[in-house]
Amino acid sequence: MKTFYWLVKREFWEHRGGFLWAPVITGVVFLVLNVMAIITAEVLGARHGVHIGGDNVQMMIARADAGDLKNIGTGLDVAMVSSMGLVSIVMGIVVLFYCLGALYDDRRDRSILFWKSLPVSDTSTVLSKVASAVIVAPVIAVVVSIIIGMVQLVIFAMVLSMHGVNAFELIGLAHPFRAVATLISGIPLYALWAIPSVGWLLFCSAWARTKPFLWAVAVPAVAGLLVSWFGIMGLFNLPTVWFWKNIVQRALLSVFPGSNIVYGDGALGATADVGNDPLSVLSPLHTYGLLASPNLWLGVLAGAALIAASIWFRRVRDDS
Amino acid sequence: MNAVITANGLSKQYKNAVALDHVNFRIESGRIVGLIGPNGAGKTTALKAILGLTDFQGELNVLGLDPRTQRDRLMEQVCFIADVAVLPRWIRVREAIDFVANVHPRFNRAKCEAFLARTKLTPDQRVKQMSKGMIVQLHLALVMAIDARLLVLDEPTLGLDILYRKQFYQSLLEDYFDENKTIIVTTHQVEEIEHILTDLMFIRDGKIVLDTDMDAVGERFAEVMVSADKAATARSMKPLDERQVFGKSIFLFDGADRATLESMGEVRRPTVSDLFVATMKGTYA
Repeated sequence: MKTFYWLVKREFWEHRGGFLWAPVITGVVFLVLNVMAIITAEVLGARHGVHIGGDNVQMMIARADAGDLKNIGTGLDVAMVSSMGLVSIVMGIVVLFYCLGALYDDRRDRSILFWKSLPVSDTSTVLSKVASAVIVAPVIAVVVSIIIGMVQLVIFAMVLSMHGVNAFELIGLAHPFRAVATLISGIPLYALWAIPSVGWLLFCSAWARTKPFLWAVAVPAVAGLLVSWFGIMGLFNLPTVWFWKNIVQRALLSVFPGSNIVYGDGALGATADVGNDPLSVLSPLHTYGLLASPNLWLGVLAGAALIAASIWFRRVRDDS
Repeated sequence: MNAVITANGLSKQYKNAVALDHVNFRIESGRIVGLIGPNGAGKTTALKAILGLTDFQGELNVLGLDPRTQRDRLMEQVCFIADVAVLPRWIRVREAIDFVANVHPRFNRAKCEAFLARTKLTPDQRVKQMSKGMIVQLHLALVMAIDARLLVLDEPTLGLDILYRKQFYQSLLEDYFDENKTIIVTTHQVEEIEHILTDLMFIRDGKIVLDTDMDAVGERFAEVMVSADKAATARSMKPLDERQVFGKSIFLFDGADRATLESMGEVRRPTVSDLFVATMKGTYA
């Protein structure tokens, strides 16, 4: 267990730039853009004598009924969670390239000879890389998103309070804890959903003698083209799209958080009652419907098989 | 004596070449073995087989373990340095020590730090900022702090200047080697390790062509400097090699009668490199 902890720590040392700084910088850029937008709006507003918020907002809140207040709160929640969107795209890219290099880069620069000179099994090495991809990276991304989201909320509240709106009252309308819980609850689901992609990318990384990226992309793409061309899926009474959606996309794009939403099966069953509470799309009650989807579990199985194959290739491939 | 490594019928075939051809050898504890051969003779393949980094046919026993299936346990007792450039370039000195200290059960942190204190390396330095010589100092510090029974060195001093090379072997001898440890080393700089070896193994085209200890080398092989008039006699005794120096001929003999040789001229012990050149004649032809 101690060895495994240090193996994961080693991954973090090596990929600090991707795991930590990429989301942090993305978040900061997001905040800066927001602040710039607010300043632009303020300047334009002042120049043209338009009052943004101001007394009107104050009056609005004073006169608002419960439903309107809920809308304001929701707006703030969405503003807070929206930072997650950008951060998670960046994280998806980081995880994709991390997995492609994880079992290949050290073979290329021959440092595999150093790692293999230590009493660490190939199984723990590969599993430590899986854990880094599906747990360490998303946990850091979520923590960064939460911090950025909080700062975002405070900035909005401050700007509005300059216009005479009671900032605390506003924050009281938002649901920061619910938003935080929502983001955190997404991590285990992401881990399960991303397993087939992580497995496929690690497999290419462990198996390819050169250019793992090319193999990882070309194999599913060419397979998809052949399937489309010859209409092979017709044999199983399935449309060709099925292959692209359930094999190609699952192999390559499941590392992007939220990519499961596209699939609908089970996940969006509750769309109807989302109504005017967009946050509930991301709420555990809603997202955990995915656990009932065979797509998820078949993916986990396929991913596990690919990871087992990666371990085997990690043992037999050396620096040559 | 207990054997550290025994190989029986060790073979390894690549797609279009035989790297090891039914090799048999045995390495005892407390020896420093030089495994010497021309490029492509199978040295690195033999070492990789010993370290469990490659598959092979035949029998190989390292410290009582099978390197193919028990590699994780084997590596607690075995260290290796495969030339200088294999430390990951991103790692810092501090991180390397932390990692090995927590992953290797036989690592002695104090020993490693004491060794590093004698170098110019600083804890926050990254491998990519180091010269080749400094990288090998770090690697050696890590390896020497591990209480292992077998140390495998594959061209450990390749590309180092002479100061680092001397220091490398000196550190190994003074601070590391003892009767419980065994070192296998391959190198092309034979002259530099000649005096520290206890055993010598020549490998050529996947076969061991010479396997002997250094004392026996002196008894078995002899070099005689013969003047021109006796050269024909010397040639009739089937020398391994003949070369000309200052109008005299130098003959290298394997197992010839000492007294006969002394009657022909000055007899000396051949250097390992002369022996090597004579044994490997025609390798690249």
